Amino acid sequence: MQKKEWPLWEVFIRSRNGLDHKHCGSVHAPDATMALQVARDVYTRRLEGVSIWVVKASDIVASDPDAKPELFDPAEDKIYRHPTFYQLPDEVNHM
Amino acid sequence: MYTQSLSIPDGEAKGPRKVENPDYLAEFNAKIDAGGFIEPKDWMPEAYRKTLIRQISQHAHSEIVGMLPEGNWITRAPSLKRKAILLAKVQDEGGHGLYLYAAAETLGVSRDELYEALLSGKAKYSSIFNYPTLNWADIGVIGWLVDGAAIMNQIPLCKCSYGPYARAMIRVCKEESFHQRQGYDLLLQMMKGTEEQREMVQDAVNRWWWPSIMMFGPHDKDSVHTDSARWGIKRISNDDLRQKFVDATVKQAEVLGVSLPDPALKWNEARGHYDFGAIDWDEFWSVVGGNGQCNVDRLAARQKAWDDGAWVREAAIAHAEKHSVRQQQAA
Repeated sequence: MQKKEWPLWEVFIRSRNGLDHKHCGSVHAPDATMALQVARDVYTRRLEGVSIWVVKASDIVASDPDAKPELFDPAEDKIYRHPTFYQLPDEVNHM
Repeated sequence: MYTQSLSIPDGEAKGPRKVENPDYLAEFNAKIDAGGFIEPKDWMPEAYRKTLIRQISQHAHSEIVGMLPEGNWITRAPSLKRKAILLAKVQDEGGHGLYLYAAAETLGVSRDELYEALLSGKAKYSSIFNYPTLNWADIGVIGWLVDGAAIMNQIPLCKCSYGPYARAMIRVCKEESFHQRQGYDLLLQMMKGTEEQREMVQDAVNRWWWPSIMMFGPHDKDSVHTDSARWGIKRISNDDLRQKFVDATVKQAEVLGVSLPDPALKWNEARGHYDFGAIDWDEFWSVVGGNGQCNVDRLAARQKAWDDGAWVREAAIAHAEKHSVRQQQAA
């Protein structure tokens, strides 16, 4: 008999209203409905969430760790993007 | 957690790249030395990856096999309250196994490969689960001593250098605290009962004490996996953790009103720790080697669960595929 693993799903949970969904782990499940059920049992046994997203892991496109310099380093020399770059007179510096 | 790196061309093995490039290695070592985290798609030395797969999967297997000795008592729990608590605990152990399998999979190994290594005996699990649970007090003592020892071992892993493992361990540790406390609470209640119940508790403590302190593994001088410390996987040594556990447990035994079965157990003022007797390492290695009382039963039970579930796994995937084809046709 042909052996086939259930696909992998990434699980994201909103811990309470007002917060973002946050990645918390993954589960194997044959389809989306079961992925939600499994995620519920595995990741929310103690009021950890009010909403769950499951996404097929193979549908996630991730950045290449080798591309870290091109992608993220340029931000380092653009310190004028941060409010602390601007020195204002003391009286108004809380602006 | 992402098990498959999209940047790897087809044909190459899944998981992080295996090129042992000196620049990458220097960068890796610098990250470790700075106390940073390694994430699934980052470059890592092959030996680091293999050590982690071995350790995380053995940990996962331990959780899954650990469901058996306690599951043994679910139908015989003495009250509905204790049954509900035990069910929740055993469900947690299953959950812990799943968090950990998922963490191991991020290193480029499949769930089925991991599981097959358990069933074939190639991968080990904690030998504590090869001891039988003979009376109801065993359930309390497992929570108090076995989970207590596990917590000591696991808290430092919350800061381990591999991100997915560290995150899984944070979740596990939060839940283990419930396990230990419910066990102690169960024993406290039994100690308030009849003489016979108190004897059951003492009997269970006598049987589980030594195996519990063996859980920390061989003495540091005999320990083989020394790279783990350098790589920030294991941050506190076996002997230090064991000492911490013994020191913490003596007082708990006193409050409970039981004795620990070690005549050499004594406070050492100069060391500021409790001294304790010699551990029977022959017994430890014999159980690890497959000669414990329950090794055969435990693996047989896991194998049966795997075989009996095969048709469910296949039917579910067949249903999902059929449904997906129909949806595509309708679209």
